[in-house]
Amino acid sequence: MAEQTLDDQPLLVAEDLGKNYGRLTACRDVSFALYPGEVLAVVGESGSGKSTLLQLLSAQLAPSAGRVSYRMRDGVLRDLAELGEAERRFLFRTDWGFVHQDPAQGLRMAVSAGANVGERLMAVGWNHYGRIRDTASSWLERVEIDTGRIDDAPKTYSGGMRQRLQIARNLVTEPRLVFMDEPTGGLDVSVQARLLDLMRNLVSELGLAAIVVTHDLAVARLLSHRVMVMKGGRVIETGLTDQVLDDPREPYTQLLVSSILPA
Amino acid sequence: MTAMIDITNAEKTFTMHLQGGVELPVVRGVSFHVAPGECVVLSGPSGAGKSSILKMIFGNYRCDGGRIGIRHQGTVIDLATAEPRQVLSIRRSTIGYVSQFLRAVPRVATSDVVAEPLIANGVARPEARARAGALLRRLNIPERLWALPPSTFSGGEQQRVNIARGFISDLPILLLDEPTASLDAANRAVVVELIEEKKRQGVAMVAIVHDDEIRHLIADRIVDVTLFASAA
Repeated sequence: MAEQTLDDQPLLVAEDLGKNYGRLTACRDVSFALYPGEVLAVVGESGSGKSTLLQLLSAQLAPSAGRVSYRMRDGVLRDLAELGEAERRFLFRTDWGFVHQDPAQGLRMAVSAGANVGERLMAVGWNHYGRIRDTASSWLERVEIDTGRIDDAPKTYSGGMRQRLQIARNLVTEPRLVFMDEPTGGLDVSVQARLLDLMRNLVSELGLAAIVVTHDLAVARLLSHRVMVMKGGRVIETGLTDQVLDDPREPYTQLLVSSILPA
Repeated sequence: MTAMIDITNAEKTFTMHLQGGVELPVVRGVSFHVAPGECVVLSGPSGAGKSSILKMIFGNYRCDGGRIGIRHQGTVIDLATAEPRQVLSIRRSTIGYVSQFLRAVPRVATSDVVAEPLIANGVARPEARARAGALLRRLNIPERLWALPPSTFSGGEQQRVNIARGFISDLPILLLDEPTASLDAANRAVVVELIEEKKRQGVAMVAIVHDDEIRHLIADRIVDVTLFASAA
């Protein structure tokens, strides 16, 4: 019963992963395994390599060293660099989600909210208009968007609503893994708490695995099980989230934790 | 009877890198065990390392040496060397922790804060909410507050919400960090009752309590933490 969400086989494995831009090393020697249902936070300041790492892990960038493997739905662990075009498309359209910091990057701002959600379903072969609309509408409800706004374009939405719509669009295909890049970064504090609570519930209800890049340690604490601290392109400390935040070992992690302003 | 918790020579030192690498030894040679249905109370003055020991047993603080054996789903796992995934699994189905302060997500209703550990273990939402309600009622939290987030509650109310959340699960090990600190006499008595019930269910407990009267009521054994003082 206790193991219902954490399966025994890793979903994604990074081995000695690195990326250079010419002589500049953006990230190096990153190795870890992510299990189904596990939420991993990658924290560090700007320039620490965390965004590069996210792009490597989500196959948007080719590594200069090492590799990323992903367990496809047939149970076989495959090197992302060796996937065929159809398999990559399947990952991007169905099995993965990607939540950008700026919702405008993850949404089509001029088409309706319903179409934004429905589009991912059509991409995987849904063609019954009524069913697509019903599913889109139930997802808007799940992310607390008034379904009366289903025909409005996200450019008429507030920042928090856009971010929730982006989440709905990503989750509608029931992905197993979601990448999030500073998901609460551009939002007001009041909106952040609501979004975090929503994401936390969705992740646990759907048993999603997620990799969340954030510079906000409070986000890491609320959302993640494990955390990796990055500095200068390397992982300098890793462990259970509350352990790393309450008992940080590395000088840089101690600095990060002690730099949080009390509310 | 096999011990639920078996600690041998556990130790903890903090290294403060921002203060020039000062080493702060907290405890060493920590050794004791807790049997099912037994409540062990840690005693010692403030700063002796009682909370640190509790946090080490929960895996919140890392253990620098020794062994923390936890009986988890029929096998013994050494928490000092366990993988993060194992620690999470232990927290989900074996060890509960009632901290001194409630740390809840803003805007989540009190009844959901309390019900969450059950829901995480697969109990249906209506049943989890019903059990949360029953505990909140016992702890004298008025029903009109259940739908509100606890962040606006008084210190004592927040602590009772925290206790309800900690006691709701049927976990075989419970760690209690000053569960009665800011409670009035009536609510302290409720907590003592809850602890008695857990004992009858065979739950192994480690507690920190400053109140002598409560300590006498709940302790089966007292472990003097000053014995584990690190000679600095």
